[in-house]
Amino acid sequence: MNGAHDMGGMHGFGPVRPEPDEPVFHAEWEKRALALTLAMAMPGGWNIDASRFARENRDPAEYLAMSYYQIWFAGLETLLKERDLVTDDEIVVGHGLHPPKPVKRTLSPDDVLKVLHRGRPTERDTNTKAAFKAGDKVRAKNINPVTHTRLPRYVRGHVGVIERVIGCHVFPDSNATGAGENPQWLYTVRFGGRELWGLDGDPTSAVSVDAWEPYLEPAR
Amino acid sequence: MAHEHDHDHDHSELTETQLRVRALETVLTEKGYVDPAALDLLIETYEKKVGPRNGAQVVAKAWADPAYRVRLFKDATPAIAELGYAGRHGEHIVALENTPKRHNMVVCTLCSCYPWPVLGLPPVWYKSAPYRARAVSDPRGVLKDFGVTLPQDTEIRVWDSTSEIRYLVVPMRPDGTQGWSEDKLAELVTRDSMIGTGLPKSPKDLAK
Repeated sequence: MNGAHDMGGMHGFGPVRPEPDEPVFHAEWEKRALALTLAMAMPGGWNIDASRFARENRDPAEYLAMSYYQIWFAGLETLLKERDLVTDDEIVVGHGLHPPKPVKRTLSPDDVLKVLHRGRPTERDTNTKAAFKAGDKVRAKNINPVTHTRLPRYVRGHVGVIERVIGCHVFPDSNATGAGENPQWLYTVRFGGRELWGLDGDPTSAVSVDAWEPYLEPAR
Repeated sequence: MAHEHDHDHDHSELTETQLRVRALETVLTEKGYVDPAALDLLIETYEKKVGPRNGAQVVAKAWADPAYRVRLFKDATPAIAELGYAGRHGEHIVALENTPKRHNMVVCTLCSCYPWPVLGLPPVWYKSAPYRARAVSDPRGVLKDFGVTLPQDTEIRVWDSTSEIRYLVVPMRPDGTQGWSEDKLAELVTRDSMIGTGLPKSPKDLAK
């Protein structure tokens, strides 16, 4: 979706403001919001792409006004409500009012470190051959799905060079909508600063994105 | 909570959020979906244990041990796992080599992708609109915000983390560190130098 989350190249936000000796968390609730988000993925059964879409799919004005943990928390509420794991009346009173829905598994304290250490690898075996090789010129397609995608607007329509064939990975555009992992070849594609930003671009800079094969077409 | 005192005279959004998070945690706990002890352990892990000191060990080893450096740039995920760092948001890691000709900088323009096992949770600025917007279109300007100016003939290479690949910048080893142990070298490696928005400390900085 063309949401406020897709920020590459926007103007007007002002300078980056690094915070000296920044603490890991700035408030107690941020810790709980992070932990709830991590812990609920298992009983909730959603994947990372669905959770990214739940975060980005909101009114741009609202997205831009929220802190990052507020966005995470709002995304969590959305995912929970979509699956009827929690209802609005329960959030209002702050207590469970309805019987819990059966869930496959919950995260026990004994499993926390194991689950974090294992992670969720996204590389998959495939019988297909990669359509592109390092050095090939490709154009990022001009796609504008209203659903989740990881092809940022600022590269769409532009020509880049395949720098690396990464492997076959879960395709977020399918995975986010519940259409399955649909693994696709993934590439690092490098774009020159002038190609992306014209004469306003820095000719001594280049940007790469990781792009799945369905995002790309051959270019000359 | 001590910091609530600062906010109790205004109905800030923060207070609203605080109450809302607390309410949701209670609901999820009462319904048996989450165990508060698991939440505490998750928080403790990312607040106290996993952080940029992990990445600094990786970089220091790459500086001190030529064979490790080769392994790291060939396939970073297993090389980093040799030091015990692996998992969530670091399932597939690529190490990026800074040279006098090329400076690497990492961003996630679409959200906040960041290599957790080696750097911990991202700082606020990394997730903020100014960084996500400008890192790709004006990287030298962003570096200036961090007080970093690089020679004009150094290529600035920006990596937008749009997939589950996570990037770790390996900065150049500072001069005047011959014969240093890995532990001492690691003290020079800052978090920002591994994102590419900073440079490592010099031996002089360390003496200060």
